[in-house]
Amino acid sequence: MKITQHSSANTLTLSLDGELDASSSVLLDSELAKPETLQFEKVLINCRNLNYISSAGLGVFISHLQQFQDAGVKLVFFNMQDKVHNVFEILGLDALMTIVPSETEATAL
Amino acid sequence: MKNALRISCSRHNLKVVRDFVTDYLKAYQLPDLQLNQIVLAVDEVVANLIIHANSEDESQHLDLALDVSNKQFGIEIFDDATSSYAPSTYHEPDLQEYIRQGRKGGVGMTLVNRIMDRVEFSTQGRRNVCRLYKQL
Repeated sequence: MKITQHSSANTLTLSLDGELDASSSVLLDSELAKPETLQFEKVLINCRNLNYISSAGLGVFISHLQQFQDAGVKLVFFNMQDKVHNVFEILGLDALMTIVPSETEATAL
Repeated sequence: MKNALRISCSRHNLKVVRDFVTDYLKAYQLPDLQLNQIVLAVDEVVANLIIHANSEDESQHLDLALDVSNKQFGIEIFDDATSSYAPSTYHEPDLQEYIRQGRKGGVGMTLVNRIMDRVEFSTQGRRNVCRLYKQL
């Protein structure tokens, strides 16, 4: 798992590259737990190169979502591959998290 | 085709397990979503056995054997932990409550139960075995 960061005035974009499982999710958890993450209005997760997610990866997002919401930070996923989106759907997480098709839509939110 | 695998109880071996299942199923040309679901279900059970049942003790091993017959995928996963998972302890997660509590875990077996047609846990002698089945 490789995580690339890009930040502008009010938006932090994390591009995930690889597979998010019980081994690699620790890295993402550390990124999202950084206090400065809560300074942004939006945290965008670019999933174009995210090829796999297991419950450990989902758990990282589940565990940070409330803190983000409390701090007024919008968490938005975009460019999600069908097989990854399907895992969100199996649990019903697609209804609880904001997932949009493209970066344009993510930025416009 | 290789249909058996032995791994030590390290979470770094999860990728090895996913590749093993993916490679075996390649011949069946499954749709992407179905292949990913089966790989995911196996990954979830193996992660639980490595992390929870065997406390990531790399001197411990898991043995996996898989098979497809009559268009049914089946896998057996053996381990030697002194305690085994009791399916009777399973309960459906309340995701909104998990989000509110900031919980990290607890949805893996939900994925397994929703993906696979049959999920069995038993003990044979001194070994625990988990069996997963899915019609292709």
